[in-house]
Amino acid sequence: MSAARVFTSPVTNVENQPFWDGAAAGKLLIKHCGACGQAHFYPRALCPHCFSADTQWRESSGNGSLYSFSVMRRVPQPYAIAYITLDEGVTVMSNIVDVDFDTLAIGQRVKVSFRGSDGACTIPVFVPADGPA
Amino acid sequence: MGTKATAFIAGAFEHPTRKADDKSLAQLHAEVAKGALEDAGLCKDDVDGYFCDTEAPGLGPLSMVDYLGLKVRYMDNTDTGGSAYLLHVAHAAQAIAQGKCNVALITLAGRPRAAGLTAEPVVDYSIPDMPFEQPYSPTVVNTYGMCAMRHMHEFGTTSEQLAWIKVAASHHAQHNPNAMLRKVVTVEEVLASPMISDPLHRLDCCVVSDGGGALVVVSPAVAKTLKRRSVGILGAGEAAKHQHGGHVDLSYSAAAWAGAQAFDQAGVRPADIQYASIYDSFTITVLMQLEDLGFCAKGQGGRFVADGGLISGVGKLAFNTDGGGLCNNHPGNRGGMTKVIEAVRQLRGEAHPAVQVKDCQLALASGMGGWMGSRHGSGVLILEGSN
Repeated sequence: MSAARVFTSPVTNVENQPFWDGAAAGKLLIKHCGACGQAHFYPRALCPHCFSADTQWRESSGNGSLYSFSVMRRVPQPYAIAYITLDEGVTVMSNIVDVDFDTLAIGQRVKVSFRGSDGACTIPVFVPADGPA
Repeated sequence: MGTKATAFIAGAFEHPTRKADDKSLAQLHAEVAKGALEDAGLCKDDVDGYFCDTEAPGLGPLSMVDYLGLKVRYMDNTDTGGSAYLLHVAHAAQAIAQGKCNVALITLAGRPRAAGLTAEPVVDYSIPDMPFEQPYSPTVVNTYGMCAMRHMHEFGTTSEQLAWIKVAASHHAQHNPNAMLRKVVTVEEVLASPMISDPLHRLDCCVVSDGGGALVVVSPAVAKTLKRRSVGILGAGEAAKHQHGGHVDLSYSAAAWAGAQAFDQAGVRPADIQYASIYDSFTITVLMQLEDLGFCAKGQGGRFVADGGLISGVGKLAFNTDGGGLCNNHPGNRGGMTKVIEAVRQLRGEAHPAVQVKDCQLALASGMGGWMGSRHGSGVLILEGSN
């Protein structure tokens, strides 16, 4: 089982602050475009698909599947970088935590969880769907 | 020169150093500039265009233009990471075709070993993607690792097949006295090297080296006055690929788009290419570019490279005959310059005799900058020998 990771808190800005406020409240927020109807990630003020400014925050189910991953081995504390394709259709970069890295497999179901950081932000991460949060 | 090329590479120089404790960064730029101009048979005062990346010291190209004592009427510091120098060659050819300059100098230098630096960027949270990725510690190696994991999942590519790319590079590097790693390695040795980030082993990764290189791109009129054999720029392409608003697809790279542009402009096909310099930050980088450039079908890269497929004189396509970034040199963590330089050597018939492609007339150079697993820039050149 992977040891608990200490996450570095990012510096936020006025455009992305609602995402981090959501994470602090245990919500994974993604953006939907009122003009073209598509979701996007990472969140922007203007939709990267159609450039409309009519973008709204929506809460993701937090459920998805593992698109790809790589376990960094040659560091004091190994960790798994990953892309997760959320059920809403967008793929996000994250870490898979609290898991035996040797059991990870592309396609496996995962769910969002939240962890503290060394600063102000709460960090969304993912864990196996059939395990504890 | 019965060619449709409108610009020529007339000078090329690779710095022999691999650890530059005794040289400053600006000094390395000057030494490679001097080397490439002497190779072309030109002098500093002939230069009227200058190109560098954003890691050259100073604001854009200004401090280097000052330090080198240049007077220029064209400048460009386009930076797409390690592929930047292929874009510089393409942009220089465009500027020359428009009459904006006649002699373009392109320099690259770096000394990460001497300075004790890694290839990782400085964390800057004004970069819009940074807050959404940096907490998860993406690195160069683990983002390319995700590409390799996905390729294995979708196409059945194996670590043994990836290892053959390193094996081929090592077969070539044994003939290069300047190469950092000259020992021929086997597939078994690659697989036995430590796992860095799944599925990439230490020997799937390029070297870290100091050094640099330079190119001189000239107009047809200037090329005609020179004694040295110049190389025609027949086609060029560039493209950026990213996460497309969350529609991540790691199965292909921007080389698919840049390569198509270059082949279209040159009017040739992948089967016509006799030698290819393929950016080799990692073994997977090579495999995906070979597919994306059309040397084989998507998903067939593993079969293409296996069993010595890339070894000069042995395989289907001679690649990186200097040993590439995997064995020779990856100056400043930016391997695009040396990709162009070795293609020029091949087209001049000046590669090491053990790896020289016979009657090499048509070559391709492909660069891959940034992070293939998140956002990257591709530059592709198709180059022609001249008599």
